[in-house]
Amino acid sequence: MFRKFKVSSVLVLVTVVGLISSPAFAQTPEQALASIQSDAAKTNKDFKGFSAARGEQFFKAKHGNEWSCASCHTENPATPGKHAKTGKVIRPFAPSANADRFTDPRKVAKWFKRNCNDVLDRICSPQEKGDVLTYLLTVKK
Amino acid sequence: MSICYGNLPRGLVTALLVMGVTMSIAQAGDRAEKYGGENRGKPVQPSQVNAKFQQECSSCHIAYSPGLLPAASWRKVMSGLDKHFGSDASLTDQENKEITTFLVNNASNRWRAPTAPLRITETAWFKRKHNSHEISPTVWKNPKVKSPANCTACHQQAERGDFNEDNIKILK
Repeated sequence: MFRKFKVSSVLVLVTVVGLISSPAFAQTPEQALASIQSDAAKTNKDFKGFSAARGEQFFKAKHGNEWSCASCHTENPATPGKHAKTGKVIRPFAPSANADRFTDPRKVAKWFKRNCNDVLDRICSPQEKGDVLTYLLTVKK
Repeated sequence: MSICYGNLPRGLVTALLVMGVTMSIAQAGDRAEKYGGENRGKPVQPSQVNAKFQQECSSCHIAYSPGLLPAASWRKVMSGLDKHFGSDASLTDQENKEITTFLVNNASNRWRAPTAPLRITETAWFKRKHNSHEISPTVWKNPKVKSPANCTACHQQAERGDFNEDNIKILK
């Protein structure tokens, strides 16, 4: 009885410590996609789902500015990229090659805002973000 | 006689005093005017580097040491992050405030000019230290250097705020 109690309290303790030490609001890339999908459905009543092909096209195309997404993240997002201006190495963009990608919602929001402004001079729509993430999830290491 | 005896050393003392004062003014003036007043501070980062500064500023380039620019420059840089040398590098208000405080508190303490350049490469001290007598123009054309903002191409410890001459390896 005593031993059982001890084991369960240790388990509780481990769980609590684990929860506290893990990054706030950690998510999987699939959960990130689900959250973008719910935004897309909310903001567009004609929303018909995401497309990896459309995402790939969006990712590799220029949108009126000097850079495309691929300018820094490269044509193959499973390989390391390079900042187009400073040359700083950027870790691979595809979740298959970099497990940290899309796991922190604050980072996801921050970088979509910054990089969409650089590439398109505006924020991206949930449709565009979801298409790109759907494409990235199909990229194999 | 007593007047002469008393006057000579007094005159000498006065002369020496005047010379001394003049020299120290001149020296102080030289120091203040070094690089026209656009002088960097101690180029080593404080041991207590702000973690947020390190993390955010090194996302796209090295986290440049705060001592390389005056406080007024850092305030300008941090108030224009949405258009940071052509890129959107915006932060949350809270992050911005924390990093600005760190940069301002550790900015150059030897800057005397009323100027506040945005680029480290535009400062008088940078230009003097990297002029054509110091660095051959061919060095800048090396694709590994890419840009004068790429400190680590030659200053291998630049990310740690170390620009010591012993740790420079100039690319050919």
